[in-house]
Amino acid sequence: MTQLVWNGLFVGSFYALVALGYSMVYGIIKLLNFAHGDLYMLGAFTGFAVLGAAGGVTSAAALPLLLAVLLATMVITGLAGVVLERVAYRPLRGAPRLSLLITAVGASFALEYGTRAVAGADPRVYPVRLGGTPLEVLGARLTLQQLVLTAVAVVLMIGLNLLVTRTREGRAMRAIALDPRTSALMGVDVNAVISRTFFLGSALAGAAGVMAGAYYGKIDFLMGFLIGLKAFTAAVIGGIGNIPGTMLGGLLLGLLESFGTFWLGGEWRDVFAFGVLILFLTVRPTGLLGERVTERV
Amino acid sequence: MLEIRGLDVHYGGVHALRGLSLTVAAGEVVALLGNNGAGKTTTLSAVSGLLRPSGGSILFEGADITREPPHRITARGLVHVPEGRRVFSALTVHENLQLGGYLVRDQAEIRRRIERVYDLLPRLAERRRQRGGTLSGGEQQMLAIGRALVTGPRLLLLDEPSMGLAPLVVASVMELVAGINAEGTSVLLVEQNAVAALRVAHRGYVIENGACVLDGPAAGLREDARVVEAYLGGV
Repeated sequence: MTQLVWNGLFVGSFYALVALGYSMVYGIIKLLNFAHGDLYMLGAFTGFAVLGAAGGVTSAAALPLLLAVLLATMVITGLAGVVLERVAYRPLRGAPRLSLLITAVGASFALEYGTRAVAGADPRVYPVRLGGTPLEVLGARLTLQQLVLTAVAVVLMIGLNLLVTRTREGRAMRAIALDPRTSALMGVDVNAVISRTFFLGSALAGAAGVMAGAYYGKIDFLMGFLIGLKAFTAAVIGGIGNIPGTMLGGLLLGLLESFGTFWLGGEWRDVFAFGVLILFLTVRPTGLLGERVTERV
Repeated sequence: MLEIRGLDVHYGGVHALRGLSLTVAAGEVVALLGNNGAGKTTTLSAVSGLLRPSGGSILFEGADITREPPHRITARGLVHVPEGRRVFSALTVHENLQLGGYLVRDQAEIRRRIERVYDLLPRLAERRRQRGGTLSGGEQQMLAIGRALVTGPRLLLLDEPSMGLAPLVVASVMELVAGINAEGTSVLLVEQNAVAALRVAHRGYVIENGACVLDGPAAGLREDARVVEAYLGGV
């Protein structure tokens, strides 16, 4: 039981990290960025390249080095997200939503097959592997590395939430989400804030990519596809565009999968996850914490 | 202070402004009157950079701002309070005001300006933790103007501040406008409510089909038979 909860929370924290970028981008420009999962993949490959350049790792120094690589990867994927927005999405601002959506699907394929062209189609084995001796906590087996990765994910999420709710930049993001034209009249450089939103969301996805690479040990150019959809599901469960809701959605999806797999068997995991997506879209499309502010006129 | 020369704006196939010219001098309240669709809102949107004019020029304090993006124009002290108030509904009253201070780097200065708005509009102070969308129409209008004041404007563009408000509330909005002007901020006031607007304005323009058809001191316009007939509900 505790093991199931722990597994769920662990996987859920990955989902949440990826889902946050989805949710932020949707919140600010109402775009479902289907290429977002591929930024996660790009993060895994960037981390792979950086680790390779650092010349492999012994497991003793693995964790601190991994954190440094994590940071470098976040910057690189963040910039990749900024370029993606500048090249693919900004020229279509004001175009019908469908055009943007199709462009996002195109961007997704471009990233996937671009990575395949550069890095090859075969899965790569991550040069650092987080095994470690399991600890027994409340009857669950977990490793120190898992704990650290979860902690990093939680720190990143708390940091993001503080940024969005407490700072001038976060206020500008929320204002643009509500009304970009009026935000510009307040002196907000809307394009710059959108760029920075893409940077943050993509950096978080990149971080999740490195963590997944180090944890699962294997990466390939299509790894972002499924997690992109899962992140979308997580965002919908929690309330897309709502930051705390998205975090909650990620963790809940992780837990649902963990328990669903236990009860129904591993082959039902994705069926279960996407069944939940359909359920939410039908019954409560605003998600658990999503809300509509009633406006008096 | 503001000089609009021969402004042309096209919206798709519609020629919304046809060579419109007007000026606002420092310290003035200027009313811009006209019917629905005459081009009042288009004029303000072109000045604040929300719309790209197809011809003509806009000068603010001697600088050509015709093709500047809106956030730069705001940074110059030319601030547009849009039609329909456009309060950020999910943000609190206080956060709405803080956004007005987006370009002000000095935190103490932002706090000082927000406190001044609270002094001026105590209703907002009472509701500082409430979401903008929960305010009444009059309160939202006060918030929209208050938010613009935090930016530190030298010229305010007000688009239909009286729209949808009860007569008593309209009077207090106009009183606020007069108060802001008395402290040195110039105002370009777009209104359908010509009676209310001409009471606070020094001068006025009447536009029709995207061009000025009449202008002069407010007192004169109030008496002008054409204005009375068209906008003041006279016979």
